[in-house]
Amino acid sequence: MSTSTVLLLLGAFLASAVEMVEALTIVLGVGVVRGWRSPLIGVATATVALAAIVAALGPALTLVPIETLRLVVGALLLAFGLQWLRKAILRSSGHVDLHDEAEAFSRHRAQAATAASEQRAGLDWYAFTVAFKGVLLEGLEVVFIVISFGSAQGRLGLAAAGAAAAVVLITLAGVLVRGPLERVPENTIKFAVGLLLTSFGCFWGAEGAGARWPGDELSLLGVIGFLGLLSFVLVRVLRRQPSGVLPSGAEA
Amino acid sequence: MRYLVRFARFWWDFVVGDDWTVAAGVAVSLGLTAALAHNDVNAWWLLPLAVAFLLAFSLWRATRRV
Repeated sequence: MSTSTVLLLLGAFLASAVEMVEALTIVLGVGVVRGWRSPLIGVATATVALAAIVAALGPALTLVPIETLRLVVGALLLAFGLQWLRKAILRSSGHVDLHDEAEAFSRHRAQAATAASEQRAGLDWYAFTVAFKGVLLEGLEVVFIVISFGSAQGRLGLAAAGAAAAVVLITLAGVLVRGPLERVPENTIKFAVGLLLTSFGCFWGAEGAGARWPGDELSLLGVIGFLGLLSFVLVRVLRRQPSGVLPSGAEA
Repeated sequence: MRYLVRFARFWWDFVVGDDWTVAAGVAVSLGLTAALAHNDVNAWWLLPLAVAFLLAFSLWRATRRV
C-alpha cells in the first residue's frame, strides 16, 4: 500500500469518526427522551441519502480528466481543510472553547424534552427530523472528504470503506457506552484531519495546476511535516496572546 | 427564491466558512502556480508557502477580533 493510500484511508476514517461522534450525541439526546423508533428511522434515511450521494457523484467524477479533477479537488480541500486546521489551532491555543460532548448531549436532551409532539407518517416528527438532519449534516462533510479523496486518487471504494469502518466503530462504541463519547479526543482528531485535508489539497492542487513535486508521492509527507510544524508553532505563539475565549459555536 | 438563497448560503458556509480571505488566497495561489507552470517554472513550493501565510494571517484576524 502506497504512502498516499494509507493517508487517504486514515483521513477518511478519522474525519468520519469525529463527525459520527457528534451525530451520535444528537441522536442519543433525542432517543433517550422520545424513544428510539423515530430517530433510528431518521438515521437510516439520512444514511441512505448520503450513500446515494456517494454512489451518484463518485462514478460521475471519474469522467472528469484527472488534472482538472485534482485542481478542483485540491482547491476545495485547501479551502475546507484550512477551516478545520484554523478552528483546531484556535481551540488548542485557548481562543475558542473546546467542543464538549457532555454539554451538547444535555442541550439536545433538554430541547427534546420540551419540543412539541407531532405525529406525521406514523413517526414522532421532531425526533425523526432532528436525527435525520444531524446525521445528514455531519455526514455531508464526510461525504465531501470521501468523494474528493477517493476521486482524486481513483480509490473511491477505499475512502468509502475507511469512512464506513469509522461509522461501525462509533456506533458500536455508542451502543456499549450508552452515552455520548466524551473521551474521544475530538480536537486532536480534527487537528489531524485538518492537517491531512490541507496537505492533500496542497499536493493535488499544485499537481492539477501543472507543478511536479520532487520525490513525487513522498513529498506529501514533507508537506504534512511542514504544515504540522507550522501549526505547532502557531499554537505556541497564540497561547501567549491574551484572549477572550469565544464559545465553541462562534468559530466552529 | 428563499430556498435558493439558503442553499447558496449553506454551500458558502460549508466551503468558505468563517474567513473568505482564505478561499480567495487559495484561488490566487493556484492561479499563480498554474501561470508559472505555463511558463516552465515548476512552482511546487508556492502552495505550501501560500498556505502558511494564509493560515497565519487568518488566525491573526480571528484573534484580533476576540
